[in-house]
Amino acid sequence: MSDQTNFIEKEDVVVKFCGDSGDGMQLAGTLFSDAAALLGLDLATFPDYPAEIRAPHNTIAGVSGFQVHVGRKKIETSGDFVDILVAMNPASLKSNLKWTRPGATIIVDADSFDEATCKKAGYITNPLEDDSLEGYNLVKAPVTMLTRNALQALGIDNKTADRTRNVFTLGIIYHIFSWKLDTTVNYFKTKFKKKPEMIEANKLVLETGYSYADTVETLGSSYHIAKAKMPAGRYRNITGNVATAWGFLAAAERSGRPLFLGSYPITPATEILIELVKHKSLGAKVFQAEDEIAGICSAIGASYTGSLALTSTSGPGLSLKSEAIGLAVMTELPLVIVNVQRGGPSTGLPTKSEQSDLMQALFGRNGEAPCVVIAASTPADCFNYAYESAKIALEHMTPVILLTDGSLGNGSQLFRIPKVADLPSITPPLAEPNDKDYKPYKRDPETLVRKWAIPGTEGLRHRIGGLEKENGSGNVSTDPANHQLMTDLREAKVQKVADFIPEQGIVGDKKGDVLVVSWGGTRGTTEAAVEELQKQGKKISLAHFHHIMPLPKNTHEVLAGFKKIIVCELNSGQFVNYLRMKEPDFKYLQYNKVMGLPFTVTELVARFNEMF
Amino acid sequence: MFEFPDKTIERSVVELNKSDFVSDQMVKWCPGCGAHAILASIANVFPKIGYRKENFMMVSGIGCSSRFPYYVNTYGFHGIHGRANAIASGVKIANPNLSVWIATGDGDSMAIGGNHFIHIIRRNIDVNIVLFNNQIYGLTKGQYSPTTPMGSVTKTSPQGTIEHPFNPGELVLGAQGTFFARAVDTNVKLMTEVMFEAARHDGTSVIEILQNCIIFADKTHEAITDKEVRDDAQIHLKNGEPLIFGKNRDKGIRLKGSQLEIVTLGENGITEDDLLVHDQYQQDPGVHLMIAKMYPPHFPVALGIIRSAMYPTYDDLVEAQIAKAQHMSKILCVDDLLNSGDTWEIK
Repeated sequence: MSDQTNFIEKEDVVVKFCGDSGDGMQLAGTLFSDAAALLGLDLATFPDYPAEIRAPHNTIAGVSGFQVHVGRKKIETSGDFVDILVAMNPASLKSNLKWTRPGATIIVDADSFDEATCKKAGYITNPLEDDSLEGYNLVKAPVTMLTRNALQALGIDNKTADRTRNVFTLGIIYHIFSWKLDTTVNYFKTKFKKKPEMIEANKLVLETGYSYADTVETLGSSYHIAKAKMPAGRYRNITGNVATAWGFLAAAERSGRPLFLGSYPITPATEILIELVKHKSLGAKVFQAEDEIAGICSAIGASYTGSLALTSTSGPGLSLKSEAIGLAVMTELPLVIVNVQRGGPSTGLPTKSEQSDLMQALFGRNGEAPCVVIAASTPADCFNYAYESAKIALEHMTPVILLTDGSLGNGSQLFRIPKVADLPSITPPLAEPNDKDYKPYKRDPETLVRKWAIPGTEGLRHRIGGLEKENGSGNVSTDPANHQLMTDLREAKVQKVADFIPEQGIVGDKKGDVLVVSWGGTRGTTEAAVEELQKQGKKISLAHFHHIMPLPKNTHEVLAGFKKIIVCELNSGQFVNYLRMKEPDFKYLQYNKVMGLPFTVTELVARFNEMF
Repeated sequence: MFEFPDKTIERSVVELNKSDFVSDQMVKWCPGCGAHAILASIANVFPKIGYRKENFMMVSGIGCSSRFPYYVNTYGFHGIHGRANAIASGVKIANPNLSVWIATGDGDSMAIGGNHFIHIIRRNIDVNIVLFNNQIYGLTKGQYSPTTPMGSVTKTSPQGTIEHPFNPGELVLGAQGTFFARAVDTNVKLMTEVMFEAARHDGTSVIEILQNCIIFADKTHEAITDKEVRDDAQIHLKNGEPLIFGKNRDKGIRLKGSQLEIVTLGENGITEDDLLVHDQYQQDPGVHLMIAKMYPPHFPVALGIIRSAMYPTYDDLVEAQIAKAQHMSKILCVDDLLNSGDTWEIK
């Protein structure tokens, strides 16, 4: 096959690298997406890895995958079905075939398909030798052998050589797209600065994979994807967790309040902790606490002391933090709690994504303890919603729960780099030194927000805590009327945040037959599905919610424009039930999935079509 | 005694006195409760420490002891059960220029907050923990605590407790504590002294106060504090001095082999030179642990400063790492960060 012939112009392509955890599939996927990004393609990625660090070799449980969706069109999801599958062993082939498009190219390491590995994966016969893969473009590449042979010349042993098999497959993929190898070679140069022999080895294997692809007749067509049309600006590739961390750093800088994160490692939220701890040069103070409770309690202490205080966690950790969130509600201190949701309940599915902590975020506390709940919807907009969460927390003196999820946190997307000076200003209500009128619970009459008196400030010594306080003075109070008043005030203060958030937007017309409602991390799929039906001429629109507590002020108006409303979410119906409570005038249909997997555009289109 | 080393905490330019720290809140502890004396000691010691009054911060959890912040006119935070040490960790790390004091009890720090207690000590965060040990849960009206002596009859142990109690000193030293002192609530002078030394110490200072709960565990420390027995049941430690105690100051403690033993001066030719000399500053906690574990009836209980060893504090190391990062890194504002690494322009 020659590079010049048989080019197929594509709008978008989905590539998935999968193999044993430890085969370097996450890295191969990341390198591929970096190369695509630098070539000007839009993209989204989705890692899919087991909870075990090294599950038993060649088992389904140990399969680790990384899916990349690249294209010239706007890429909203990591893709429903795979166009090019790299499968390093029988188990990864078996577990990913159902997500592979008929006719797709499947590249396997043929050397890893023997009787034992096939049996371990649950195959009765070797799938490379029976006819089960008819209908696919199967490339049986002897990856292990060719990699070892290539590196023998450099005197590298087989065990080391086998660790670069991922790079060989990357070479094949680059050939399919006719991409240059330099981005990835540059990565090796930085990564192996101290091991120059590994730069050479990886480069050689990459080139060997590329050359191998040149000789393989069965590889079929070569793909070409034109540059994506994106708004002008400077771009980078970013994961949701990194974007979240950076949004907070920007908010700290813009507000002038020092950043403090108290956190305990938990999948899939740990990367926020890992990212923030890198940025001590920006003054970030990051405290790896002894547990989830200490994570949030240290943040509350830092908040009282005047910091932009944060704690990051995932579902089970949010449960542990419940009591302390109530303390932040009671003391009316700024605090952002990030919950990178995963499959629950209990330990659940740590590495899989779900939206099932919404009710916990809204109501999972003792007493009447309202706080703001915001949800990010794409890896890149985690930056904006982290920033907005911090802004609301600081300006409204309230805890804010920011919901993301495993797909957003680990998934990546192109991010148009903002200038910090262009971000909205953040003005915390700091009490002035020696303010004679300062009282801990004296409120702004408009926003109901109390002032923040930072320890060390002259003339503002005061005490607050978890006991009910008298409005104004802040003295401990068990007065019944005061408790009613404070309960009402805490709720009203949070509701007033609605005056400071954007109105709910609609994708499509404001009136029509069907309104699809979604929230949080499902936006990519719901938007793609709705747009597909809109192209077919259907009167369907999408209202995708980021602001959940409080809801945008025009929520009722948005819902009223449609004959039918269907609420889609990756849980058994938590947002829909919240809407039934908050906006009871409407009849809501629902579409739910709790499989630890994102929606596919295909399934949503099918479901929405039934509504006409 | 009252000489103060340099710390970064700003000092008051005017002389302060007790009245500067009196809050306007009514003190609601039971009459006769040992907590009143602890409050008096704090009111004594804060002006002597001499920091600006705005630079003191009291943090507490839940329990009788934890009402403390309301009764002292400083910045104060009354937290939730067991979390005082975690909250205070955040306070001190976020603002190392505060003198942070934690009021906590044997329930708050030994039971529900035991994890935070050992970890704040292990990290050596520069805070002062005043541990009110009354060996009972007072606020919930009389259940046994992790320091209640075995066999005690309480509301939740009608046949006597069957749990081995914690000795807080052992726990502190086991968690690599750098400062541990013990005092009794009947001795305001001693409490004031050890609190002052705690404030001077760089790192986590734990002061165990043997406190009486007049309602639910009255006379729980009687074997130590009762006038009739106290001279024989208490030994007051002084750095650099031999361990001598007793009504007639004729008993001493010496190290025999790997164990402590009580000896009588003048008997069998024993002189002061044979006795253990207290070295509160020694790094190795071995002897400190033996001293902390001394308890009647076999030994007198040690009061005063048992250990005060120099180690780097967590909060100092945090500041040092930040300073180093700011010196070394090219990323000095968020715009630098956003544009770092692989980025590209789309026109």
